[in-house]
Amino acid sequence: MADRPTTARLVLDQIRYQNKLFWRTPIAAFFTLVFPLMLLFLFTAIFGNEEIEGLGVTTAQFFAPGLAVFAAVSAAYSNIAIGTAFAREDGILKRIRGTPVPPSVYMAGRVGSSVYIGLLAVVVMIGVGIAFYGMELIPRALVAATVTFLVGMLCWASLGFLVAAIAPNGDSTPAITNGTLLPIAFVSDVFIAMTDPPAWMDFVGDFFPLKPFVVAFRDAFDPTLTGPQFHWRELAVMTAWGLVAALLAIRLFKWDPKGDRSRPKARKADEPVKIV
Amino acid sequence: MPVVEVSGLVKRYADVDAVAGVDLTIEPGEVFALLGPNGAGKTTTVEILEGHRDRDGGSVTVLGYDPATGGRELRERIGIVLQESSVEPVLDVREAIDIYGAMYPRRIPTGDLIEMVGLQEKADSRIKTLSGGQRRRLELALGLVGDPDLVFLDEPTTGFDPSARRQAWSVLENLTSLGKTILLTTHYMDEAQHLADRIAVINRGVIIAEGTPDTLGRRGDGETRIEFSLPAGVGIELIPVPEAQRMENGLVRVSTVTPTKTLHELTHWAVAGGLELDRLEITRPSLEDVYLELTDG
Repeated sequence: MADRPTTARLVLDQIRYQNKLFWRTPIAAFFTLVFPLMLLFLFTAIFGNEEIEGLGVTTAQFFAPGLAVFAAVSAAYSNIAIGTAFAREDGILKRIRGTPVPPSVYMAGRVGSSVYIGLLAVVVMIGVGIAFYGMELIPRALVAATVTFLVGMLCWASLGFLVAAIAPNGDSTPAITNGTLLPIAFVSDVFIAMTDPPAWMDFVGDFFPLKPFVVAFRDAFDPTLTGPQFHWRELAVMTAWGLVAALLAIRLFKWDPKGDRSRPKARKADEPVKIV
Repeated sequence: MPVVEVSGLVKRYADVDAVAGVDLTIEPGEVFALLGPNGAGKTTTVEILEGHRDRDGGSVTVLGYDPATGGRELRERIGIVLQESSVEPVLDVREAIDIYGAMYPRRIPTGDLIEMVGLQEKADSRIKTLSGGQRRRLELALGLVGDPDLVFLDEPTTGFDPSARRQAWSVLENLTSLGKTILLTTHYMDEAQHLADRIAVINRGVIIAEGTPDTLGRRGDGETRIEFSLPAGVGIELIPVPEAQRMENGLVRVSTVTPTKTLHELTHWAVAGGLELDRLEITRPSLEDVYLELTDG
């Protein structure tokens, strides 16, 4: 058929649709875009934007990339998990399944939208760092920063779909995403700059895919380093997590609302057919 | 070529056969109602036809495709009207129709659809501000936006009050006049009777009767029922027709296959005796009676 929308067109439409939903959910927009900025203001106000002893970078240089990553991960992981779980509960996924939009296009729309929103969060955070806190862009490391960002986002988007696949209902997903992301963030250089953390904390941080994302991304904005800053080990950790999560999510994912939804039971008497 | 052809369809849940050998044929332009009580297997059957569920046996063809593998091509030609509202409430009506419309190669313009379902006043309102009935009309619009050849309507008026049902019916009649093939599920007899060209009654996973609203069951050649209250001071044995029975509610019921003759005898007898037959009513067995008889014996 001549007017059949191309797959690319469908994906773009889905991204725009998800973006629209994001902007109309102010609480999600606040926690993804504004809250991390507030933390940056807070940290630099508390510690001053001095060089952190033993780390060789300023407070903003340490925290801004980590908070940018944290914001982007919220856009991928939390928003996808919560949004998808509620969309299933509300029968929206079922509706989509009955349209010509292939399931992969719907997923791609969600991922594309989260990458776009995550990118916005990163640009705002790094932009504020450059404008007010003496950070600078390092052109030789921009390619590494971009690759790290994309790999990290795909990894966390897959984890978001996995949470949506296993969550018993929509209401439980914020608890699952916060209950996993926040503790991991505390050992992943997002909220605390530790010069000499205990070994177990390093181990836990290195195991989960958040600290690798933070470290690889932060080093791309560190003016004291040289070279293109590709962190192959960190990229490998995120890729491994992403692949396993994606495979599990595909196996476990359901489109139908879970559980039996009660229906009104009505059996109303028919009117007799009057002849006379 | 039939739009829908189903033969020997089986779906098992655990050890229960939710659908136990259903055969159906729906011709182009036909409004076909699948009528049955809750849990009879109608939603399961329809969801298999829509491609939402896999089947365990039998063959199914929808618009020439097997719905299990029909994918995008099939879904471009069907429209599914869900029983429950399922659109993000933060969108407005026009946006939602535009978003879904953009998925189809053919489409009914958003403005026309909004008019068809009577949502002009709410076109630019957020979906969360819509009443229950308005949401169902939006559902209908979303099911039709791709100008489908076959429309699935799953219990389109469940939970409606009588006036909302009449309203919904007039929208659906509008739809049938467009020549669409429609598969309707319902547990309302009057709805099937009102909207459908052909009705299949399903119970415990099998089709137990099939026909037009007029011929279903014994309805076409069934008996006519004459009812009236027994005049004061008159014993039932005095009534001059042999089929007379006294009912619990004080009425006399006469079931007859020759209503004109029987009625004539009755009224002649009453007039001659100066009696008035209060609450006189003549009815044919309603589809409801046939249905209740079929579904729970």
